[in-house]
Amino acid sequence: MSLRVLRIGPACTIQDQGRASYLDHGLSRAGAADLIALHEGAALLGQSSQFAALEMAGMGGEFEASQDMCIALTGAPMACAIDGTSAAWNASHQLMKGQRLSLGAVSRGSYGYLHVGGGIATDPFLGSRAVHLTAKVGQVVAVGDILPVGQGTGSTGKKVTLSDRFQGGTLRAVRSFQSDLFDGTTLSRFEQTDFTRGPRANRMGMQLESGGGGFSAKGQLNILSEVITPGDIQMTGTGNPFILLNECQTTGGYPRIATVLPCDLPRAVQTPAGGAIRFQFVTLEEAVELQAAFMRDLAMLPSKVEPLVRDPHDISDLLSYQLISGVISAADKGDPK
Amino acid sequence: MTHADPFPLVRNVGLDGMLVTFADTMTETSNRAALAFRGMMEAERPTGVIETSTSLASAYVRFDPLQLSHIDCEAWLHQLLIDRDWFAARLPQGRKFWRVPTVYGTDLAPQLEDAAAAAGLSALDAVERLAVSRVRVLTIGFAPGQPYLGPLEPGFDIPRLKELNPMVPEGALVLAISQFVLFSGPTPTGWRHVGQTAFRCFQPGRTPTFALNPGDEMLFVSITPDELIEIRARNEDGFGGAQVEEIEA
Repeated sequence: MSLRVLRIGPACTIQDQGRASYLDHGLSRAGAADLIALHEGAALLGQSSQFAALEMAGMGGEFEASQDMCIALTGAPMACAIDGTSAAWNASHQLMKGQRLSLGAVSRGSYGYLHVGGGIATDPFLGSRAVHLTAKVGQVVAVGDILPVGQGTGSTGKKVTLSDRFQGGTLRAVRSFQSDLFDGTTLSRFEQTDFTRGPRANRMGMQLESGGGGFSAKGQLNILSEVITPGDIQMTGTGNPFILLNECQTTGGYPRIATVLPCDLPRAVQTPAGGAIRFQFVTLEEAVELQAAFMRDLAMLPSKVEPLVRDPHDISDLLSYQLISGVISAADKGDPK
Repeated sequence: MTHADPFPLVRNVGLDGMLVTFADTMTETSNRAALAFRGMMEAERPTGVIETSTSLASAYVRFDPLQLSHIDCEAWLHQLLIDRDWFAARLPQGRKFWRVPTVYGTDLAPQLEDAAAAAGLSALDAVERLAVSRVRVLTIGFAPGQPYLGPLEPGFDIPRLKELNPMVPEGALVLAISQFVLFSGPTPTGWRHVGQTAFRCFQPGRTPTFALNPGDEMLFVSITPDELIEIRARNEDGFGGAQVEEIEA
């Protein structure tokens, strides 16, 4: 079973939750930029959140199904149609053999996701299917590619409420080991500054801009290169912040003023160019609570899925629909882990 | 060391990491301490630890704060720190010694003369010294599998270039600040390109994927460009004619 790629945006890659534990070999995690979207897709299809999906930055594509399959669409909303009939976002659908799914540009946010029942079944590398462009592990999806689809039925005709994370906002951050390289005045000015997301953004990091002066560390720019963790807010030579993401280098010599909480990274990465961002420092204790609540919410997603109610007049091929479809367990044999 | 020395220093890294830093400069002893300490973290690995790594003079642990609290993690690290003098600790076991055939200078490595001049040496003298400098993998980073190697003798403490080298090829041996880097892929760099090897640090789809581990040792043996051509013609394992042996613990 597979999806044939007829048209594709310039920055679409296969992603799952990434590969941890290769930091000592200089390989960062990679994995979906928006973890919420990955979990929502799994919940909509009633399958494991370990499955891989197609991550689409800014622009989607057109895909033809080789067999009947289940799909789900999550993340930044995109114009979306199946054989010309518009289909709901943040929902799961049947895609019948020969049908074409067409996804346009994002209407808000940055990263949209296409999930399939059984997951996208490319060959894993070091325990993950996540493409890592800077490490030259895999590459962007191209026109003519055949995306293999794994075994598994999945549930369709489901929706889940789209959370509000597509226009920037406040990102919670903790102080990190280099925060003390910045003086107190700089740290409070950082927290009071209105930033906008700059034009430079990819899976490695995203640039922020602000009207005021830069944010420079005290004197010492010759600090030893040190470990980077996704969410680190790095100050480049000009004092402009970059939020480092899942595909960042594993170590770096530019000082980092703070680290965005993992639970706020989906909001960070989904901020469109020009979107407003502010930072709020929280204590480590508050951060642990916020992250725990986020993980609980992700685990609760399957219970938040509702039937997708459609007006039957909108459904051109009602009789071909499988109105009640099977649900597989998260630990089914199709699980890639 | 004076009584005001803040090292070793334990600090938080974001929400889910801690960094044990042994010095604010890279020295043989601070790097040794980081490698040895990381070895002990790996050996003990309490529940909640996700991964560990080293940088030049620090050891890092990432953990799940919902399984291992910050207080418990920090207490564990301090307990390990007082356990021994990490600056005098033995390096972890299972390290390897690599002898890698290397062309110094020529058009394959065009910045040897420049680097030698910066170190106040003739090109010939520089090669004589570099080709017998047994260096350690101080850390791996920047790109997958890519080692930082050293320390070289103090004479090679030369600055990085102000203008980036637009591109050096895979297997390039570059030099700055008394360290080598052996590039795992074509990259622009501010380091001087002094040698060229056929050694591949990172081979996706092959076993082992990563040739080197932190703590391994390397020697870049001088060969001629013709010898490198021969090595490249039969470089099935991607190790560029390197000889490897286990280092006795």
